[in-house]
Amino acid sequence: MDLLALLAIQVLYAVAGLALISVGLAIIFGMMRVINLAHGEFLMLGGYAAIVATSHGINIWVAILVVAPIVVGAIGILVERTIIRFLYGRMIDTMLATWGLSLLLVGLTTAVFGNTTVGISAPLGSIQIGAYRTSAYTLFVIAVAIAVLAGIFAVLRWTRLGLIARGTMQNASMAAALGVNPPRVYAVTFGIGAALTGLAGAVLAPVSGVFPTIGVAYVAKSFITVIGGGAAVLSGTVSASALFGTINQIATFVTTPVFGEVALLAAAIVLIRILPQGITGRFFRRSL
Amino acid sequence: MTARAWNIVGLVVVAVVGLGFLVLTPRLVELDTVLELTVYLIMAILALSLALIWGYGGILCFGQSAFFGLGAYTYAIAVFNIGESTVPLLLAIALPAAFASLLGYFVFYGRISDVYLGVITLTVTLILFNSINSTAGPEFHIGSARLGGFNGIPGIPPLNIPGNRSAVIDLEGMFYLATASLLIVYFGLRLLLVSRFGRVIVGIRENEQRAELLGYDSRAYKLATFTIGGALAGFAGCLFANWGSFVSPTIFGLSQSAQIIIWVIVGGRGTLIGPIIGCIGIQWLGTALGANQPSGSGSWANIFSNVPLVLGAILIAFVLLVPKGLVPTLADWGLRILRTRLPALPQRGADRVESERPERA
Repeated sequence: MDLLALLAIQVLYAVAGLALISVGLAIIFGMMRVINLAHGEFLMLGGYAAIVATSHGINIWVAILVVAPIVVGAIGILVERTIIRFLYGRMIDTMLATWGLSLLLVGLTTAVFGNTTVGISAPLGSIQIGAYRTSAYTLFVIAVAIAVLAGIFAVLRWTRLGLIARGTMQNASMAAALGVNPPRVYAVTFGIGAALTGLAGAVLAPVSGVFPTIGVAYVAKSFITVIGGGAAVLSGTVSASALFGTINQIATFVTTPVFGEVALLAAAIVLIRILPQGITGRFFRRSL
Repeated sequence: MTARAWNIVGLVVVAVVGLGFLVLTPRLVELDTVLELTVYLIMAILALSLALIWGYGGILCFGQSAFFGLGAYTYAIAVFNIGESTVPLLLAIALPAAFASLLGYFVFYGRISDVYLGVITLTVTLILFNSINSTAGPEFHIGSARLGGFNGIPGIPPLNIPGNRSAVIDLEGMFYLATASLLIVYFGLRLLLVSRFGRVIVGIRENEQRAELLGYDSRAYKLATFTIGGALAGFAGCLFANWGSFVSPTIFGLSQSAQIIIWVIVGGRGTLIGPIIGCIGIQWLGTALGANQPSGSGSWANIFSNVPLVLGAILIAFVLLVPKGLVPTLADWGLRILRTRLPALPQRGADRVESERPERA
């Protein structure tokens, strides 16, 4: 029974982790049709932002929840203004340019921080479940994921900003005719996607540590989650992370973490073959 | 001169330069330079494999290094088990080709769009990297070959003359083999591209729907292109395993995949000579930058010797500023200058297939 509860927490944690690292990408890809291959590096930058801020004496919660999103969001807007905006509608070229950006950021952080793993110790202690112990930080990650997803839902569904964003993504010229400034909407959307990515990177930094090439570990997982999820930003992310996170965690439990990842990636390829439009291409079609 | 005449001049120039290079280089330069050049040429074959499937087939494969690595690993494992190198060489071509056709069947017959194809190939590469990387223990072996995990497989026996196990290839022989292979692959691909098959795959790249309405099964043509690309990459991988007599999982790595893409985009999509030039140029640049490691000097030198950073900057710059790549851009400039000098020159541009095309979402 205790073991089952522990396994349930681990599965939830895997799902929450996937949803967190994917949701920023889902916003950028789902709403703007831009494939950002530097996504993993945005996560990495979020981790570094939190660690640098903490080492300068800023409270760790402020560093993770405030500093990291702001820093990476600003970087995102800068990237959108200098690179992405010239490439809208040229999907392959955005992929290539952001891949270049990814290499550039890896090189830059290696030059600045060195090729070593830095970390911050996970705050909060551990909690007892029967005979087992698990880190309370796990529960914090799950809570952040739920809060982020709920926040995105609320913004998209109920605010004027969300309405404008959804309208512009559906039909930019119609939105422009109604007085919206599409370039600004694109820049802000990209910035928000980057900020959420930075937040995810910072939240996961105490768990995994941060090093310049950590993005590689994240990028494939977040991509297949977004693509497996399909066009709808929220329900796609949630359903795909639920599916892949469960597969990953159970395979990890039965074999090793490495084959857990391999099972995740293999499951994703099969899913894309069966549902080329992703889960929300077939189910929950009218959701956000 | 007509376009056909220009083409023949180009082919003759490549043949003369290539043969001259093949014969003269080992006589003119030191052995270590020959060794360095050999790996450039092996990688150029890899560049050609992507030049075919991306530049002409319009299939953006982010995982060309998967086939390359598979070829290298297949050769290594097979040669340890078999001893004689002819069958391992053939296996190193056949297995990646079979894998490419399986993956291609999955993707093209599933009608998965370009962009998803890129992500799927990237994912497959990562799966291979993760799996091989975690096989360090002695329990992971195929026959008598230990997989070695992140340590790689050292001491791979070199190729031998078919049928004669003791006549193994030496370093200079490896250079001749690589150069000759590159020339054969280059001219083979030229031949393939002027054939009916080549015309059809370019037609599909330009407009898949139109090609289908004309009765061509674009899925089958793309699958065939992809398989040929996989076979070529596997062959390059086999040569690479021979060159260093060592393979490690890093050849599946993302930076390897990125390099292949960069070679093709820098050299020019829709040409064959461009990716070769791009490949050799970028590799030379990487070696030159890496060799000039600053001895504790300023941070600027530190940044310029940082290969990923420079490669990333090059990739961004080319996508934004020179999207067609070096060779097509230079050819356009050359033609423009010629045309202003000689107004009577016929329009050659109409004959050459444009590498640009409208993107589909």
